Amino acid sequence: MIIEITDLKKSFKEVKAVDGVSFKVKEGELFAFLGVNGAGKSTTINIISGILQKDGGKVKVCGYDLDKEADKIKNELGIVFQNSVLDKKMTVYDNLRSRAGLYGIYGKAFKVRLNEISELLDLKDILKRPLVKLSGGQKRRIDIARALFHNPKLLILDEPTTGLDPKTRITVWNVIEKLRKENGLTVFLTTHYMEEAATADYVVILDDGKKVAEGTPHELKNKYANDFIKFYNRLDEAERYFKALGYSVKCKNDYVEVELNKTSEVAALIKAKPEIFDDFEVLKGNMDNVFLKVTGKDIKEV
Amino acid sequence: MENMSTVGSNFKGGTIRDGAEFKKLCSLVLRNTKCYFKDKFTFFMSMITPIILFILFVTFLRNVYIEQFTSSFKANNIVVDPKIIEGCAGAWLMSSILSVSAVTVAFCSNTIMIDDRINSAVNDFRISPVKGTTISLSYFISNFLVTTVVLVVVMLIGHVYLACVGWYISLADTFMIIVDILCLVLFGTLLAGVVESFIKTQGGLSAVSTLVSSMYGFICGAYMPISSFSAGLQNVLSLLPGTYGVGIMRNHYLNGYMAAFIEEMRAASVDENIISEVIKGIRDSFDTNLYSFGTDIGLGAMFGILLGTCCVLLAVYVLIVILKNKKKKAV
Repeated sequence: MIIEITDLKKSFKEVKAVDGVSFKVKEGELFAFLGVNGAGKSTTINIISGILQKDGGKVKVCGYDLDKEADKIKNELGIVFQNSVLDKKMTVYDNLRSRAGLYGIYGKAFKVRLNEISELLDLKDILKRPLVKLSGGQKRRIDIARALFHNPKLLILDEPTTGLDPKTRITVWNVIEKLRKENGLTVFLTTHYMEEAATADYVVILDDGKKVAEGTPHELKNKYANDFIKFYNRLDEAERYFKALGYSVKCKNDYVEVELNKTSEVAALIKAKPEIFDDFEVLKGNMDNVFLKVTGKDIKEV
Repeated sequence: MENMSTVGSNFKGGTIRDGAEFKKLCSLVLRNTKCYFKDKFTFFMSMITPIILFILFVTFLRNVYIEQFTSSFKANNIVVDPKIIEGCAGAWLMSSILSVSAVTVAFCSNTIMIDDRINSAVNDFRISPVKGTTISLSYFISNFLVTTVVLVVVMLIGHVYLACVGWYISLADTFMIIVDILCLVLFGTLLAGVVESFIKTQGGLSAVSTLVSSMYGFICGAYMPISSFSAGLQNVLSLLPGTYGVGIMRNHYLNGYMAAFIEEMRAASVDENIISEVIKGIRDSFDTNLYSFGTDIGLGAMFGILLGTCCVLLAVYVLIVILKNKKKKAV
């Protein structure tokens, strides 16, 4: 295990930001940490990275105990913060050089590493440019470069794509995927985007500082998210029929969505009322449904 | 843990992570200093006090002080070269500008520390294996360097002006002016470090910088000689260490001019007692002689008070840094 957290506690006055959270992250996996704002995600990250002191519990990162070997942990993890914390008026090169210095990387070692990172993240053409003149996607690549410069074993990404346009989101996500596939990096991700969480190897959902669910996306979907039938024709008829049967029905402009109790029901339903099944599809419940079911909150609306 | 994957196969992390804390400090100081000089607006804001003082002097105060110096001689029917008088007024101004700017520039230039707190850049340092005390020290050192650079630039501009109107400053005094600048910058940087340790917003920094910029010149006697204030106020101001910072600067700027006055008066066969009286009068009026509750404070004592205050401020600053780091760990 690259991270082992047991009964982690942190309060700010009366507010219990993290309340007895325990979880483990395996080496090389993409771990997604989900929760609405204020759920305790950033507090947990800040504790792991040494920015905040915990009130209770045990934290082990890369085999090091946070209470005894915090500096060793700092050498093994890189963080991409939600908002870039690099110096906007300085060049990419100067930013990376100043941060590398904090890990004792100077001179020839710096140049060697800069070449590797530049190649990995395609930075060569922008090294001499100030951050302020870079696009959102380029800036995010620099944030990732900073986080990876000292060769960490664990990369923490705190909502890395929040606020980015869809195209840039895809670019950033491709970079992360490349790092995972080619280098086997362990990635600890917090995100608001459920489609990103759906690609994770393991997911932990936090709500009000407590862990409310965990598992692989498949396990979570099976456990918490029901499947759906979407009808694109004979909408009124479908709505009336399924409401009468006591199903949860959502009516949209051009389709009616019926939540199933079990996937296996579909065959019986078609047999019972075949005429309304002339334009439909059966959909598996997604991570949005899981999140809604587990927390009672729609992450898109919070 | 040995088998854990890392990014960048050729990169031997263990061999390069042996940087001493001093090297990390140098990295941070370099970064802070670069950030300051990359921000043209901040640099301009830091230069504002010296620029305003210089313009104020050239347009208004110059004639007032020339008149005051001239009247000191006229009262004794002595005629001296107007070039010495004009240079002396300019030197008095330079001592004012530099001693005030050492403090005001230090307050304005510390923006990087506040900015890092506001935009959470300081978190980027705290996730790195660098001590909290090293981070705090880096802000202090970079502010010292930046303020020194700004003051040296101001000094060079001022010296070009003095060379044009009348240069009578000896090499030894020029050297001592540089020493004075370093002492005053140390004082200003420590004072800014202590006061600004408690500021968490850009608005707070602007308010403190504005207050210091407008007030400090008056309370240390840089804008108006302390001798022109009431006796009670003179005694109160003599309790402030900044007053003696101005005092040492005045001495080294005006020594050469006083010597030139003496030479002029001797050449005109003025009585030695009158020469002593005139020079003492000028020194008293223009604060090269400073008194605290009637006691003459010599140049050595002025240095002692200023450096002693620096020691006290350093102790307070170190205490604040230690307590803040402890508090962060306890959050």
